[in-house]
Amino acid sequence: MRTRKTKALSAVAVAFAMATTSVAAETNLRMTWYNDGIEGEVMRDLLDRFEAANPEISVTLDVVPYKAILESLPVQLAAGEGPDLARVTDLGGLSEHYLDLAPYISDPAYWESNFGPFLKWLRLPGDNSSISGFMTQLTVTGPYVNRTLFEQAGLDLPGEGATWDDWAAAVNEVADALEIPIPMAWDRSGHRVSGPAISMGAMMFDADGNPALVDDGLKAMTQRLYDWHQDGTMAKELWGSVSGSSYLGANEDFANAQVVMYMSGSWQIPQFAGTIGDAFDWWAVPAPCGAAACSGMPGGAALVAMKDTEHPEQVGMLMDYLSSEEALAEFYGRTLFIPGHLGLASGGVDFDTEDPRARHALETFAGAVPTISPIAFDLQGYPSNRVMFNALISRLGEAIVGEISLDEAYDRMEQDIEQQLAEKARN
Amino acid sequence: MRPDTHRLNVGAVAAAPINLLGSLIEVPLKAIQRVVGIRGMPYVFLVPNLGFFGIFVVVPLFINFAFSLTGGTNLFLSDRVYTGAEQYEFLLDCENFTDSGSCREDRFWRGIFNTTVFVFFQVGFLVLFSLVTALILNREIRGRGFFRAVYFFPVLLSPVVVALIWKWILLRDGILNAFLVTIGLEKILFFVSPQWAMFWAIFVSIWAHMGFYTLILLAGLQAIPPDLYEAAEMDGTSKERIFWRITLPLLWPNMLVVIVLALIKGVQIFDEVYVLTGGGPGTATQFIVQYIYNTGFTNQVQNFGLASAASVILGVVLFALTLMQLAAVRRKDSA
Repeated sequence: MRTRKTKALSAVAVAFAMATTSVAAETNLRMTWYNDGIEGEVMRDLLDRFEAANPEISVTLDVVPYKAILESLPVQLAAGEGPDLARVTDLGGLSEHYLDLAPYISDPAYWESNFGPFLKWLRLPGDNSSISGFMTQLTVTGPYVNRTLFEQAGLDLPGEGATWDDWAAAVNEVADALEIPIPMAWDRSGHRVSGPAISMGAMMFDADGNPALVDDGLKAMTQRLYDWHQDGTMAKELWGSVSGSSYLGANEDFANAQVVMYMSGSWQIPQFAGTIGDAFDWWAVPAPCGAAACSGMPGGAALVAMKDTEHPEQVGMLMDYLSSEEALAEFYGRTLFIPGHLGLASGGVDFDTEDPRARHALETFAGAVPTISPIAFDLQGYPSNRVMFNALISRLGEAIVGEISLDEAYDRMEQDIEQQLAEKARN
Repeated sequence: MRPDTHRLNVGAVAAAPINLLGSLIEVPLKAIQRVVGIRGMPYVFLVPNLGFFGIFVVVPLFINFAFSLTGGTNLFLSDRVYTGAEQYEFLLDCENFTDSGSCREDRFWRGIFNTTVFVFFQVGFLVLFSLVTALILNREIRGRGFFRAVYFFPVLLSPVVVALIWKWILLRDGILNAFLVTIGLEKILFFVSPQWAMFWAIFVSIWAHMGFYTLILLAGLQAIPPDLYEAAEMDGTSKERIFWRITLPLLWPNMLVVIVLALIKGVQIFDEVYVLTGGGPGTATQFIVQYIYNTGFTNQVQNFGLASAASVILGVVLFALTLMQLAAVRRKDSA
C-alpha cells in the first residue's frame, strides 16, 4: 500500500517537474521587423517551422512601420529596452548595439564565406571579426521606366551607356507627347542621390577617409536635380512638399502611370509585381551614366542580433536556422529579393514569379552589382553615412523650393555634417 | 402581508461599504490631524496631486534642463558629457536675428519665425471664429443642438485623422482639385506653395479646435444673467452697445482662458501639421516643436542636448507670454 502511494506521489511529482521544466524552458524572442512587400509573411512561415522544431523557443514578430526602425529603435536600443533581433537598414549606424554571434552559432566559417563582404557593413570601425547578422536583402538603386508610355509615344528607350541627360531628354519627350504629369521622379533620399553623384565624379571622402560630401561631382548632379525641378522634369510636390530628411517615395505615382521614369531600387520589384502586374510594362534599366561611372548605390536590410538580449544561445540557434541556405533560398525566392548570400547569388535563386518584368528587373539589378563604384561601397560601409545622406537631402530640398541658394545649401551641408559628427565624437 | 422589519433598506445597504471605508480612513486621518493640526490638513489633501504633478511634470522639467547642459548621443544623463551653455550658445549664435540665414542653426530660427506667423493668425482667427460661432449658437435658432454637435465633432477626432482627411482633400488628385477642375479651373499644388501650405496648416488647425473653444465661450455666454439684457433692451440700448458693454466684459474671463489655451496650443503645434505638410515645402511649415523632434529623434546623430535646449527656450517663451497676458488682464481688471 505504502509503495503504491509512494509511486503515485512520485509520478505526480515527476509530471509536475516536467510541466514546470517545460514552462521554465520556454524562451520568447522578439524580432522587430518592417515590410516592403510580403517578407513578413515569409519570415513568419520560417519562424513557425523553427518553433515547431524547437518547441522551447517562441519568436514574436513585431511588425512596425519603417519610420519606427529609423527613429524609435535606436532610442529603444540606447535605453537597453530593444528587441532580441531586428531588421535594420542603418547597418553601421547601430553597430554598437549588435551582438557578436560568433560564440553562439554552429559554423562561423559558413557565415564568413557566404556573408563575408557584407559583415563589415555591420561592424564598428576597427572590428574585423564580429558576426552580427546577415542581409535579408541586398539592394541596388536604379531606375524603372514605364516602357508602355515609350511605346505609345513612339520612342525608343535610350540604350546602354545613356547618360542622365539623355534620359532626362527622353522622358520629357514622352511626357510631352502623352501629357504625363511627372516625367521623372526620384525617391527623396540621400542614398538615392549618392549613386548618380558618384557617377558624376563625387568622391564622398577625402584622402584620409574623412567625409567630404561637397565636390564638383556632387555639384554636377545636384545642379541637375535643381534644374530638373525648375524646368518641370521633376515634380516639386515630391521633394518640395516635405521638409528635413523625410523620405518620400514616388512608387504610388509610378504605379498609377503618372511617372515616366522612377529612380528607386531593387526593393520595389515585389511591390510592383503585385500592384502593377501586367497593367503596363514597368521596366528596370541600368543605372544611367555620368562622367565618372554608371553606378547605383548598394544597400539593403540586415537581420541583426542585439547585444542586450537575455537569450544569446537561443538567438544563435535561430540565426543558424534563418541563415541556412535552405531557409534563405526560400526567403529570397518568395520575396523576390536580391540575395545577400554569396552561395545563393552565384548558384542562382529560383524566384517565385512568372512575371517577365519582375524577372527582368531582378536580372538587371543583380547584373548591376559589378558596375557599382568602389566609392559607393565605401559610402555604404561608412557607419555615419546617414549623417551625409540627411544633410544632402534636407539642404538640397530647401534649395529646390527656393529657401536658400544652391551655394548656401552646399555650405550648410558641410556645416551640418561637421556639427553632427562633432556631437557624436563627444561621447 | 410582510412585516416592515423585513423590508430591504436599499439606501442603507448601498451606504454600508461607504461607511466602512469612511471609518477606515477616519482613523489615520485623525492621527495625521493630531500631528499637523487642522490648518495643515488642506496640504495633506494636496499631497497626492502634487506627487503626480511633481513626478510627471516638475521632475522631467529638471531632467530636460539637465540634458540641455550636456552633449553627445548617449541616452542616459549619467553617461553624457557636461557642456555647460554650449547648446544655448549654438542656438542663439546669430549675426542678425531677423535673418535666419545668418544664424548658425538656421532651422531653429526658421522654426521660431514660422511658429510666430502661425500663432499670430491661428490664435487671432480661432478666437474670432469661436466667438462668432458661440454667439450664433447661443441664439434661439432651429437645429441649435445639431449645429453645436457639428462644430464640436472635429474636436473628438485624433489630430492624425484630421490631418489625413485634409491631406486627401488637398492632394494633387484630391477632392478639392477635382472640384476645381470640374468648374473649369486649374489644379493647385497646395503643398508646393509655402503660402498655401501655411494657409492650410492654419485653416485645418482652426477647423479642428474651434469647437472646443466655442464650447468654453458658449458656457460663458449662458452664464450671463438674462435680466441684464432685458434691462438694456428696456433702456433702448443698441445691439452693438450691448455686445461691447455687457457681453464682452462679462465674457472676458472665458475669453482669457480661450486666448491663453489657444496661444499655448498654437506654439506647441506639431502633430496635425507634421502629418499634413511634413513641415514643407522646404521648411515653410516647420514649427519649433518639429525642429525639436527632428533634432532629437530623426537624425542619425540624435542630438538630445540641442533638442532639450531648444525646448527650454520654448518653455521660457511660453511662460513669458502667459505672464504678459495675466499682467494685461490684471491691469484691465484694476482699471
